[in-house]
Amino acid sequence: MDVILLQLLNGLDKGGAYALIALGLTLTFGTLGIVNFAHGALFMLGAFCAVTLKSLLNLQMVVLDPIKKTAWGTPLEIKTPYVEKWFGEFGSVLLEYSVPLSILLAIPIMLLIGVAIERGLIKHFYKRPHADQILVTFGLAIVMQEIVKSIFGANPIPQPAPEIFAGSADVGAWFGMNAGAVVYPWWRMVYLGFSAIIIAGVFSFLQFTTFGMVVRAGMADRETVGLMGIDIDRRFTIVFGLAAIVAGMAGVMYTPILSPDYHMGMDFLVLSFVVVVVGGMGSLPGAVAAGFLLGILQSFASLNEVKNIFPGIDQIIIYLVAVVTLLVRPRGLMGRKGVMES
Amino acid sequence: MLKNFVNKRDLPVFLGFIAIVLLAPIIMAPLGAGYPDLLQKFAIFGIFAIGFNILFGLTGYLSFGHAAFLGVGSYTAVWTFKLLTVNVVPAIFLSTLMGGLFALLIGVISLRRSGIYFSILTLAFAQMAYNLAYSVLTPITNGETGLQLTLNDSRVIDNMFREVSKTSLPSTDFFGLSMSGFSGFYFCAVVLIICFYISLRIFRSPFGVMLKAVKSNQERMSYTGLNTRPYTLAAFVISGMFAGLAGGLMAVTDPLAGAERMQWTVGGEVVLMTILGGAGTLIGPVLGAVTIKYFENIFSSLNDSILNSFFSFMPEPMQHVFTAVAGLFVGEGWHLTLGALFVVIVVFLPGGLMEGIGRIGKLFRRGGDDGDKKEPAAKFATPAE
Repeated sequence: MDVILLQLLNGLDKGGAYALIALGLTLTFGTLGIVNFAHGALFMLGAFCAVTLKSLLNLQMVVLDPIKKTAWGTPLEIKTPYVEKWFGEFGSVLLEYSVPLSILLAIPIMLLIGVAIERGLIKHFYKRPHADQILVTFGLAIVMQEIVKSIFGANPIPQPAPEIFAGSADVGAWFGMNAGAVVYPWWRMVYLGFSAIIIAGVFSFLQFTTFGMVVRAGMADRETVGLMGIDIDRRFTIVFGLAAIVAGMAGVMYTPILSPDYHMGMDFLVLSFVVVVVGGMGSLPGAVAAGFLLGILQSFASLNEVKNIFPGIDQIIIYLVAVVTLLVRPRGLMGRKGVMES
Repeated sequence: MLKNFVNKRDLPVFLGFIAIVLLAPIIMAPLGAGYPDLLQKFAIFGIFAIGFNILFGLTGYLSFGHAAFLGVGSYTAVWTFKLLTVNVVPAIFLSTLMGGLFALLIGVISLRRSGIYFSILTLAFAQMAYNLAYSVLTPITNGETGLQLTLNDSRVIDNMFREVSKTSLPSTDFFGLSMSGFSGFYFCAVVLIICFYISLRIFRSPFGVMLKAVKSNQERMSYTGLNTRPYTLAAFVISGMFAGLAGGLMAVTDPLAGAERMQWTVGGEVVLMTILGGAGTLIGPVLGAVTIKYFENIFSSLNDSILNSFFSFMPEPMQHVFTAVAGLFVGEGWHLTLGALFVVIVVFLPGGLMEGIGRIGKLFRRGGDDGDKKEPAAKFATPAE
């Protein structure tokens, strides 16, 4: 029982990341009809927003200590980050919470990047075949990832979570199990809650606002909405920006779990495409459900008991599920009729 | 006799291709690429891209999984060296065969879908192969270290027919001709020419025309009562065999096989090559492969001091600015050049370099009077739609 609960929890946070990326992919596909291979790179850019903010906050003033010497005989350097010098206590808090704060930085940046990509490049690819869209966004992803590599280097840059979330929660004890049976890091729990909030936010935005209504109408029948005198292209551009923001925020919050490096986007991209396909092309609930489902399946497959029966299953489970789904249920789990059926 | 061998219209192209490939060491020397290591890469990736083009260029099915066949070919070849003989002939035959077999397996399943679903399926299979090669299949693939020759390999056939050195590692050979240096390149070059010939014949055959018809409108083909699956499957298997052969040749020139050859980004690279050169054209894929491999080697070897001397004719501040900007695109950052170039190509030249050449050619001909007379030749140069 405790093992099952643990694997369930382990799967959920990864599933949260898959679901958030897949949600953005599905949004762009459902609205613009674009297969965006650069979406993983957007996730990576979000993660590097967190890196940027942290290094900005960490800009330090170096003072040489007049008396104390280091073991090598050179004067001891006292390093104080400028924010701490200027804001005192508040500065330290800022430093401590640099990862969650990065969301505030990531939102405008990702919106800007998203809109720029859509207006500058993807706009010209609406009418081109899907293969061309894949190719051009794949090229774009390489460009973004190489720019990040040239700025931040090739090594992963660890980002610590705030101190209060650093430890682990004894989840098992809450359910009356033995202490220490199910231990789960706090930050992963935060990530899970965060992804749930974002997903709920996106859904209610689409469901309960006028803007969302127009977007949904446009997804169902773009032409008719256009004929009604609504500038649907502009809305869809904003939706692309929104998808970029979601991917970026997912990336920001994921940094304490996985130290970001320049190719993390590609790793997640392949997986999230699989998620989208399993969920059903163009279906938002499908993408979310499949994201969590695959995350959980993956964590169960990495159990030793399972691995003993099917060696190597943990490495291929996601792809295996995708292959089976595509062959048995061509539309995916919740795919709409008439969307990308072939 | 030659008439049966090559279509009259294609004869100049084919002869030109042979001449360029065989003279490549001389032609490429002024460009700094006249050494066998790089030329071998040109030939091997040329074969890989030619094979990929038979699938993507003719049928329009975009596979991201061809790296798997490349890896399978490499592993097969190294195992042949280890178990049978270091003669390369059985190795390349077996690796082609295994590439084809794997392609048959994956193709039967993947080709049940088309469009983006097909791409995802092939991608999924390639990732499975890559992950398995790294984990459970370590006894076969030797995991992260990569599969290589050792002194206690059994090499049954070699032991029967010749003295086997017990102290030094054998090198691959073609009936006594060592596969290093220029002999290695010429071996690859001959294989490349054979592959090019096969692809030429496929392009001009009824089978090739059928594949092009599948690309332009599969639905209509089905309405005429044709089952397109066997045709696309055949194309997939053929391109898988080419990929296996390329993988085998990689092992021939350097008897080492690693799982990183199966990663989907390698499969992505051959896509880039084919598109860059021009999908659906005969020479395009080879051109694309040569371009990418050439720039990979040349750009990645440039560094700031070379750039500095290159821009030394400028005033000093400008020199620094230019060096800094250009420095982003060379050395370690050459992938950036590749990505940017690729975006530009897809946006402005969907037909790849061959379309560019075709357009330039047309531009020149427009100046002359015999513009109409040469029109068919220009049509041939643009990609077959």
